[in-house]
Amino acid sequence: MMEHLKKDLVIVGGGPAGLAAAIAAWEDGIRNLVVLEREHQAGGILRQCIHNGFGLHRFGEELTGPEYAQRDIDRAKELGIPIQCDTTVLEVTEERQVTCVSEQEGLQIIDAGAVILSMGCRERPRGALGTPGTRCSGVFTAGTAQKFVNLEGYMPGKRVVILGSGDIGLIMARRMTLQGAKVLACVELMPFSSGLNRNIVQCLEDYNIPLYLSHTVTKIEGRDRLTGIEVSEVGPDRRPIPGTQMHFDCDTLLLSVGLLPENELTRGANVTISPVTSGAEVEDTLQTDRPGIFACGNVLHVHDLVDFVSEESFRAGHAAAAFVRGNLPKAETVRVSDGEGVRGVVPQKIRKGISEEVRLMFRPAQVFKKASAVVECNGREIARKRAMIFTPGEMAVVPLKADVVAGLDGDVTVRMEVGS
Amino acid sequence: MLEERIITCINCPMGCRMNVQLEDGAVKSVTGNTCKRGETYAHQECTMPVRMVTAVVAVKDSPMPLSVKTRTPIPKAKIFECMKELSRVTVSRPVHEKDVVLENVCGTGVDVIATRNLL
Repeated sequence: MMEHLKKDLVIVGGGPAGLAAAIAAWEDGIRNLVVLEREHQAGGILRQCIHNGFGLHRFGEELTGPEYAQRDIDRAKELGIPIQCDTTVLEVTEERQVTCVSEQEGLQIIDAGAVILSMGCRERPRGALGTPGTRCSGVFTAGTAQKFVNLEGYMPGKRVVILGSGDIGLIMARRMTLQGAKVLACVELMPFSSGLNRNIVQCLEDYNIPLYLSHTVTKIEGRDRLTGIEVSEVGPDRRPIPGTQMHFDCDTLLLSVGLLPENELTRGANVTISPVTSGAEVEDTLQTDRPGIFACGNVLHVHDLVDFVSEESFRAGHAAAAFVRGNLPKAETVRVSDGEGVRGVVPQKIRKGISEEVRLMFRPAQVFKKASAVVECNGREIARKRAMIFTPGEMAVVPLKADVVAGLDGDVTVRMEVGS
Repeated sequence: MLEERIITCINCPMGCRMNVQLEDGAVKSVTGNTCKRGETYAHQECTMPVRMVTAVVAVKDSPMPLSVKTRTPIPKAKIFECMKELSRVTVSRPVHEKDVVLENVCGTGVDVIATRNLL
């Protein structure tokens, strides 16, 4: 049994990015569209993020993850946007043919006028770290533990060490503590945490959980179940310093060691991937270098705030709608590159001759205090953003005004400048 | 009684380390902050620290729990007591987002409400 369909727009992934993109396209009059979602419900990772702090920019209030997701789900329902759940997309071709499979519909092949890729990101697993030791149970990514505790209702362990001090790890330190576990330590390879100060204070300091900076896990012990780990201090080269080992008796190790955009489908569509962001290279419209294939949200580059995911995805939805209507002609572009102290500027290309605001987003390569992000075109300064602090843990945004964009006559570079 | 506390400001990524001088529980001085928001936070944090509590409660006839939150922040000192009260709560379907799951948790005057629908 195989069904062959035609849709104006197929959106891959029903998390915050996919929902926002679908809403924007629908509001622009695209009705023959579908959102394909792998899980049983829409909402993506927000469903398991039961803590609050989402939506301050977009809604002016602090929501929990499920509440934030529900607002978009309600809006999509109100509009009548079809969300097909329990559906896994197997392939997207560069000709925009989408192959997906589900229990209720079987195998479906959809010829799409446009495709929006909004699959999100996944966590770096243990295998990506190369930590020596046995292959016992008890080692989880922080997000997996979060799913167990918040959605499925069981605790992965009682005595916990967390490797990595990203926000998910910090949030889980508090969550496990509140749920009755003893969190012994949070261990961070770098000399600084990539998590928000708020989370360091409210998730670690509130519960007297020590944060070991410049440390890492150097041994994992246990036959069937984890029984303990060894932690060592690392030098400036990030290599363990012999003789600094500490031992922790624990049954659980949670990993919060980074997120990677989930781009298997993107690669299959022959879309060019940026080695810096690990996401697609896009124009200011969020269109990739394959015509009619767009990318937004964490599959494009890992965001810190869902509010920015939604904002970006609304733009992708509008642009995809314009493409479907034939209102997005192929245009010449200028290149946007990372300068000194800047990593992963998105978008990587800006269309020539447009007069619309373009938001450049990137991560500073290190902490910069009293600094500026400077945007240059042909060596001439065209925008500058000053701040007391820029940190790698927080995405920086520099808007280019419409008249500045209209005047672009060559390639653009973004760099950090200390002082002034 | 004089007391000194060192706290980290949470308002922005600067994360100013502030030194707070307290006398009989009242803030005498705040140093180390870069802006006014730091001082306001230091006062709040040293005199009446509060936190939102988010958690899950059990659902009758289901292994899947329901996510909940305190409607407004509660005193930080009551967090574990709040968790204890929530561990005794079991809800039955249907529950709608914003429905009260537990009234006046730990005598704080704050209700705990559902953060998703359970239909």
